[in-house]
Amino acid sequence: MSRRIWAVLQHRDGKLHRMSWEAVAAAQELAGRLGGRVEAFLLGNGIEALAREVAAHELAAVRVADDPALADYTPGGYVAALAPVLRAEQPDLVLFPHTYQSVEYVARLAQASGAGLLPEAVGFELVDEQLIWKRPIFGGKLHARVRAKGAGPLLVSLQSAAFSADGLRAGAAPVQKLAVEIGADDAGREILGVEQAGGEQVDLTKADVIVAVGRGVGGADKMAPIEELAALLGAELGASRPVIDSGWLPRDRQIGSSGQTVAPKLYLALGISGAIQHLVGMKGSSVIVAVNKDGGAPIFKVANYGVVGDLHEVVPALVQAIGELRS
Amino acid sequence: MKIAVCVKQVPDTETRLRVAKDGRWIEEEDQPFVLSENDEYALEEGLQIAERSGGEVIVFSLGPERVREALRKTLALGAARAVLLSHSAFAGGDALATGAALAAAIAREGCELVLTGSQSGDAGWGSTGTVLAGCLGWPHAWLVMGIQLEEGAKSARVTREMESGLNEIFRISLPAVLEIQAGINHPRYASLKGIMAAKKKEILELGPGDLGLEESAVGAAGSRIEIVSVAAPEAGGGAQIFEGDAAAAAKALVEKLHGEARVI
Repeated sequence: MSRRIWAVLQHRDGKLHRMSWEAVAAAQELAGRLGGRVEAFLLGNGIEALAREVAAHELAAVRVADDPALADYTPGGYVAALAPVLRAEQPDLVLFPHTYQSVEYVARLAQASGAGLLPEAVGFELVDEQLIWKRPIFGGKLHARVRAKGAGPLLVSLQSAAFSADGLRAGAAPVQKLAVEIGADDAGREILGVEQAGGEQVDLTKADVIVAVGRGVGGADKMAPIEELAALLGAELGASRPVIDSGWLPRDRQIGSSGQTVAPKLYLALGISGAIQHLVGMKGSSVIVAVNKDGGAPIFKVANYGVVGDLHEVVPALVQAIGELRS
Repeated sequence: MKIAVCVKQVPDTETRLRVAKDGRWIEEEDQPFVLSENDEYALEEGLQIAERSGGEVIVFSLGPERVREALRKTLALGAARAVLLSHSAFAGGDALATGAALAAAIAREGCELVLTGSQSGDAGWGSTGTVLAGCLGWPHAWLVMGIQLEEGAKSARVTREMESGLNEIFRISLPAVLEIQAGINHPRYASLKGIMAAKKKEILELGPGDLGLEESAVGAAGSRIEIVSVAAPEAGGGAQIFEGDAAAAAKALVEKLHGEARVI
């Protein structure tokens, strides 16, 4: 049976989101393994150039909904554009990049179109010709293997970097217009503007060494030894989200999907368990060192070196060991 | 204003999780449970809006009897009453089934604003509130970092987190479903007076029949996906691990960083 696989792409300011290419590559790989064809979908206004860029790949078609009502993303507009074609054509699989934009509307698209929903896939396998997806649960401490049941399309969002865009296959695909009807009330929101969250006074992307702290640090009053270690290494201080939310460090120190994405030569993760939202912001670092009490913490999976222990004992010991090395 | 806040009781992920014997979920016996972290922010936001606008918060949850403990905490913090979808038919649902059941319960109460956490600490679909909004036919927003009700409470000015440190600001018409991101506020602690008062507050338990739903349409039976197995993620390259005495581990690590990785 030939499967129909769709990939719905995301773009901003005339550029495709990096993860859009990962979704296309994943769709191509699935079509190759399962037998089937891939169509890419683009929604927006005045996006002919983007459509041509996508069409230069091995795809059955690029289908473009170009409409003034889609000039800005709104969940209502995107659902109104995609739900009718999903209902009418019943593809087998629809892939989305797992971004803050997709997650906001894909669940509603599933609900509106009677499709199944599988958020945040990090991989798949074929078992007896059945597709089994893998996704993180409990903040990445465990993985679940998940399968679809019942008939109808399955909407799957793909976590960042879970699928590589390196294997993307080039080609020449026809560009087809997708007719949409979007009502004045569909958007559900009136966009007023975009602002910097908390202002980015500190540019962590330029740092060679980053000492980052997580919830395990335990409080703003416990930072002094960590600041001493950072000073010794000429490092910038960074943090995972819970530290920022608790007010222990300012928001411009946040690393991860909602903060800055960094790739220093040396990244020390102190008391950071390694939720996927943090990992996407730092796993490109050259050398990663993790210190955590829990030897099973996911941070150790991406680290090069790890110390299983209490950071409040390990950090002063590190300060002393570095001092001895340099003397 | 009548504000619905949806909460979930989840395993405390600060504790070590054990995979259940059948391999399909974690072992829940002797497992400590807590209110899901994002839901604490949603509740606090609901309580603040209710205090400013002279309304009340009704808490909704889906889960077994143990959830009453989490609901008692929300009542101690200031919620007026709670509704629990505890019937066994509700168990094991995906975001679509759980969202539909919660929407039916909320519709029964006639609320004007629904707040949820943006993602639970267990399955973490990040989608249940969005499905709920679709079922109610209300607009919604995910990852909400700010809410200001506008005059007459017919609309709200909402700040939503985008990627790479940007926020989007928009006006949303009410009623609406707003899924709250962690860090929007500072959740309060329960007072002794609140804890005492909570003992007298109502927790209403409802089953599928009370909501006009078939048992086959809710929980695992009404879901479009199912978990086959759960396991610890397999190791990547894996870290070189130093354990034991902190001084010895730190010394060994520093030698590696200097001699092998050449980064210090």
